[in-house]
Amino acid sequence: MAETAVPESYPEGLLYHKEHDWARIEDGEATFGITWYAQDSLGEVVQFDPPDVGSTVSANKSYAEIESIKAVSDVIAPLSGEVTEINEAVSETPELINEDPYGAGWMIKVKLYDPAETESLLSAAAYKEFLQQQE
Amino acid sequence: MPSAADLKRTPLYDAHVRARARMVPFAGWEMPVQYEGVRQEHVAVRTKAGIFDVSHMGEIETRGPRATEFLRHLLTNDIEKVPPGGAQYALLCQEDGGVLDDLFTYRFPEAGGEQRYLTVVNASNADSDFAWFEKQAEGWDGAEVTDRSPDYAMLALQGPEAISLIDPLLEDIDLPDRFRFAEGTVAGAHALVCRTGYTGEDGVELLLSPADAESVWNALTEAGASPAGLGARDTLRLEVCYPLYGNDLSTDRTPIEAGLKWACALDKDFVGAETLREQAEQGTSEKLVPFLFTGTGIPRAGNTILSGGEPIGTTTSGTLSPCLEVGIGMGYVQADRSERGTEIEVDVRGKHRAAQVAAKPLYQKKGD
Repeated sequence: MAETAVPESYPEGLLYHKEHDWARIEDGEATFGITWYAQDSLGEVVQFDPPDVGSTVSANKSYAEIESIKAVSDVIAPLSGEVTEINEAVSETPELINEDPYGAGWMIKVKLYDPAETESLLSAAAYKEFLQQQE
Repeated sequence: MPSAADLKRTPLYDAHVRARARMVPFAGWEMPVQYEGVRQEHVAVRTKAGIFDVSHMGEIETRGPRATEFLRHLLTNDIEKVPPGGAQYALLCQEDGGVLDDLFTYRFPEAGGEQRYLTVVNASNADSDFAWFEKQAEGWDGAEVTDRSPDYAMLALQGPEAISLIDPLLEDIDLPDRFRFAEGTVAGAHALVCRTGYTGEDGVELLLSPADAESVWNALTEAGASPAGLGARDTLRLEVCYPLYGNDLSTDRTPIEAGLKWACALDKDFVGAETLREQAEQGTSEKLVPFLFTGTGIPRAGNTILSGGEPIGTTTSGTLSPCLEVGIGMGYVQADRSERGTEIEVDVRGKHRAAQVAAKPLYQKKGD
């Protein structure tokens, strides 16, 4: 197996978007990242182009670009809000996204505009079911 | 995109799936784009040895007492300058000089007054190339063309360790020199062993019966070659500036614009020669150039190239170079901005990335 390969997982407690993103909600603030499935489909991430701190991200719209050697993909925001922090470590070492997609590979932190938007997101179990239907 | 049911599979399909390759549609075939990862496979080919399944490539046989004459008429290069047992790169052009394909032709020893050649063509053009060969062969007594694609699988073993790896597996033949080939037994199977490739590394390409492909593949992987997919094949060829048909070459471009004059024998007549001679003499308004990013970003095909804020061309290939660790690519630019060292910018999805026109190859093989 590739040295970057980590076992497939979808942790409980995170909320999932069908574009293969996750959000971790804490006190009106959310951390965004991409799921194991997304990083596995993409292959080794070689570049992460984050938004600026203070900019607005909108649910279901692209907020960043992520590139493998072969292709570029949009990263979709699961929720709307204002960017409060970006993960500088991931900009410098994009393979963190492959190595630890739910931990060190987080992408941005966002102050949520409308916490009720979370109702449209999936639980870990529902996301896993969604993935199975895709196959 | 064609559905999976319409896609052709090489005799190694099951072996790729077992090796956990990611299979993708490519030129009508279901092919491995990567196994462990593009970068790892790329580095394996640059530092050790990698093995590629390129059985999707097409093969056209030309034989008969006038086969040489026919190929000299059809191809830009002069196959007569190559001795029997030799291989030569050439372009296949339309009358207007537009490129139909780029290809390698292998010249067999003459037997009983019959000349025989095998031309290996791109998978995406295999059917149209053969139709072109057939159409051109009408009215040529003494040159018969046959589509031999179903009869051959093709493996490419490439890398600094490729030669020491293949040599013990050659049973009744000697290792051919660069751009030569030999016919004999490799790991128990009859094969054409060709000292050619598409990576910039030393190595061989093996043309063999589809029935033998898996046993030879297994022998080579057991001997230490790492499976490498089309992803690495693309990054490897781009680092050494080999053009890819459909990206860097098309019917809208001529070999002269593409910097392939070295593969055009302009002293003989062939389909498209008139235009190419004219362009070689007068120059072309655009030229294909390689470039290196001087900062961040990754170019992709279709990006606009600028100089001093003005558009001067378009990229035709782009990637992150695994060896150089910067964005690299090729593109057609105005001839007056094609000089090596020219500062350019590439518009990558709205961001202007700094780059410089560079010399070929972008990556220099160790020891060269």
